[in-house]
Amino acid sequence: MSTQETTRTPAPAIEKIKVKVDGREVEAPRLTPDPISGKLIPTTMIQACAQVSVDVPHYCYHPKLPVAGNCRMCLVEFGTPTLGPDRKPILNADGTPKIARSPRPAIACATPISPGMEIYTNTPAVKQMREGVLEFLLINHPLDCPICDQAGECKLQEYSLDYGQSQSRFVEAKVHKPKAVDLGPRIVLDDERCILCTRCIRFSKEIAGDDALGIVNRGSYNTLTAYPGKVFDNNYTLNTVDICPVGALTSKDFRFKMRVWFLKETRSVCASCATGCNIIIGSREEAVYRYEPRQNDAVNSCWMCDYGRLNYKWIGREDRLRDVIVRGQKSAWAIALNEIAEKLKSAARGSVAIIASARQTNEELWLLAGLKKQAAALSDSVPRTGEADKLLLNADRNPNTNGARLTGICFTEMGTNLPQIANGIASGRIKTLLVFGEDVTKHGISAELLGKLETLVVSDILPNATTKAAHYLLPGCAHAEKRGTFTNAKGRVQRFMKAVEPPGDARPEWEFLHDLVFNVTGRDGFLTIEGLFKEMARDVAAFNGLTWAGLGDLGKSVSL
Amino acid sequence: MIVNRKPLTFLEKLYLPAIAGGFKVTARHLFRSLFGGKTVTMEYPEQKWAVPEGYRGAPYLVRDQDGNTKCVSCQLCEFVCPPKAIQITPPGPGGAADRPNAEKMPREFEINMLRCIYCGFCQEVCPEEAIFLLKDYSITGLTRQELIFNKEKLLALGGVHPGIRKWKHKFEEAKDQEDFPVKV
Repeated sequence: MSTQETTRTPAPAIEKIKVKVDGREVEAPRLTPDPISGKLIPTTMIQACAQVSVDVPHYCYHPKLPVAGNCRMCLVEFGTPTLGPDRKPILNADGTPKIARSPRPAIACATPISPGMEIYTNTPAVKQMREGVLEFLLINHPLDCPICDQAGECKLQEYSLDYGQSQSRFVEAKVHKPKAVDLGPRIVLDDERCILCTRCIRFSKEIAGDDALGIVNRGSYNTLTAYPGKVFDNNYTLNTVDICPVGALTSKDFRFKMRVWFLKETRSVCASCATGCNIIIGSREEAVYRYEPRQNDAVNSCWMCDYGRLNYKWIGREDRLRDVIVRGQKSAWAIALNEIAEKLKSAARGSVAIIASARQTNEELWLLAGLKKQAAALSDSVPRTGEADKLLLNADRNPNTNGARLTGICFTEMGTNLPQIANGIASGRIKTLLVFGEDVTKHGISAELLGKLETLVVSDILPNATTKAAHYLLPGCAHAEKRGTFTNAKGRVQRFMKAVEPPGDARPEWEFLHDLVFNVTGRDGFLTIEGLFKEMARDVAAFNGLTWAGLGDLGKSVSL
Repeated sequence: MIVNRKPLTFLEKLYLPAIAGGFKVTARHLFRSLFGGKTVTMEYPEQKWAVPEGYRGAPYLVRDQDGNTKCVSCQLCEFVCPPKAIQITPPGPGGAADRPNAEKMPREFEINMLRCIYCGFCQEVCPEEAIFLLKDYSITGLTRQELIFNKEKLLALGGVHPGIRKWKHKFEEAKDQEDFPVKV
């Protein structure tokens, strides 16, 4: 992906030039890599302003997309040093260079900076220009905020508050365009709301590589549409909903479900493949409503795939496991964990096997690895693959394959121990099996084989054939219901936070695994996720030196 | 600051003039209500209090003159409600409304009248003029559940409140532009 290339480009010495933004001196590189090609192109005024956190209002500009310069909202005033006949700057009486202010404004997103340039972003003239541009944008805007899903995170609303007028001066009839157009399986388009910034067109063409969208007709009749007969259905369509500054493109999945100002935003990581895109979970009253990508230039830039984004509905399913069940009877955590611990302690060495899941967190897998060591158990995990694409979706659909490898739960090739475990059960050598988050009946260990076991401990989230056969059933948590870390395909350890409460008696796996490990081995001292992470980082060579706080929101890379 | 109490005079110390004065007021009211026909109290609940203009009673949903639900489920009242008495279930992707072009109406709209504090914020914030504090002040029930009013009940109690019919106007304006160059 091009954005990843830009981060990998070794920084050649790029000349720095000094400009002034609202009187503050900024040292900006003369050239900046293009977000698509990575080629060095002149740094623009908006980038220099961003360096000192001066916000220039904009609609069409997006730091990860090519510049279009069509919304005109980012107009600023500027001046450059005047040069004398000797090509040297003319100085004022106090020795500062004399600045010649440009008579016309310039769009900050597409105007390169030059040495000594002064940018003015909050003059009365700039304010007037923004008011004027906004008034033009609102001429044909339907103002149906009460029924618009974008309300609350709409740039048009935000800038209207800053630069808008309370009354419209436009008395003519607004141009009406198609509403609720079915653009593709996941997208609804409202052409009246569109401000023609072309962000979606540029994204589809340059990032997703699917040139499906375009603008037809002229003037006030400009209309965004898909190519005739073509369905806008690539795996990245929902990113256009995120980057749409207004409510023109809306998600069919999220449509009319919840107003965005109610959503609690939790920093998390997508668990649908090994890429580990950084996400924000939007939840309200213990229900997850949507995933949105969170910028992390080392992993997913500003994007995520539709497959991962829509893979959240199972979290709130009605048939989630809620109760601790011991041999068919509802029980309690303390009873079940004590009994399991007794069984594990008295088990003969080599009679225990563990099948963990690469959907579990590093911490949980490490705790299981501790049990494995204690009981000299066979362990493995289950590979889960699908079709990869060239952008973000990884062929490995387990979010934490590398975590399972690094903690010693499985070998480089996942799933090689599964036949051995099956044979061990068949021959009666393996009497106790711990299964976490996998339906092993689909992976070579049939229900009859499971019936041969003396003890079958299963922890899962949703019911399946394995949970039905379990002697001890421990209800676990989805990643949105607990804290932890995943190690992605490139070895980036990323943490995720808890968004919603687990249903019923379900507990995070690391919590009850901690109790179990304490009961079996006597190891203690990591009752919090921070402490547990510290212990793990001390024990696992690859994680040495990492701390929970040190991971930050963007994670840290480790060598695999 | 200390304010010294005025010492009582001899007459005041006797208390009798004050008692007589009190009885005079009582006797005046007695005669007025017995013979003058001027009552001070009301025979509630047989007799109901006439609510003044601008009184803030219970909030109800209203329909427009075409009988359509005005609420579009924007959930601003739910957001602004200080005691969190309002709970709206948005329609979801299906979102069918019972009138043209507005696209959206609530699937369920509940007001917990036990929680409502009659502040009028919902009426003030509503962009559709769909909720009004009407004149009902005596909301009673035998169970808590009974006092959670649902959409049907709120609409029935609210009645019709004429409005500008913004969505209908938009729909008709769009229809007039049938010669729009693109048919998608």
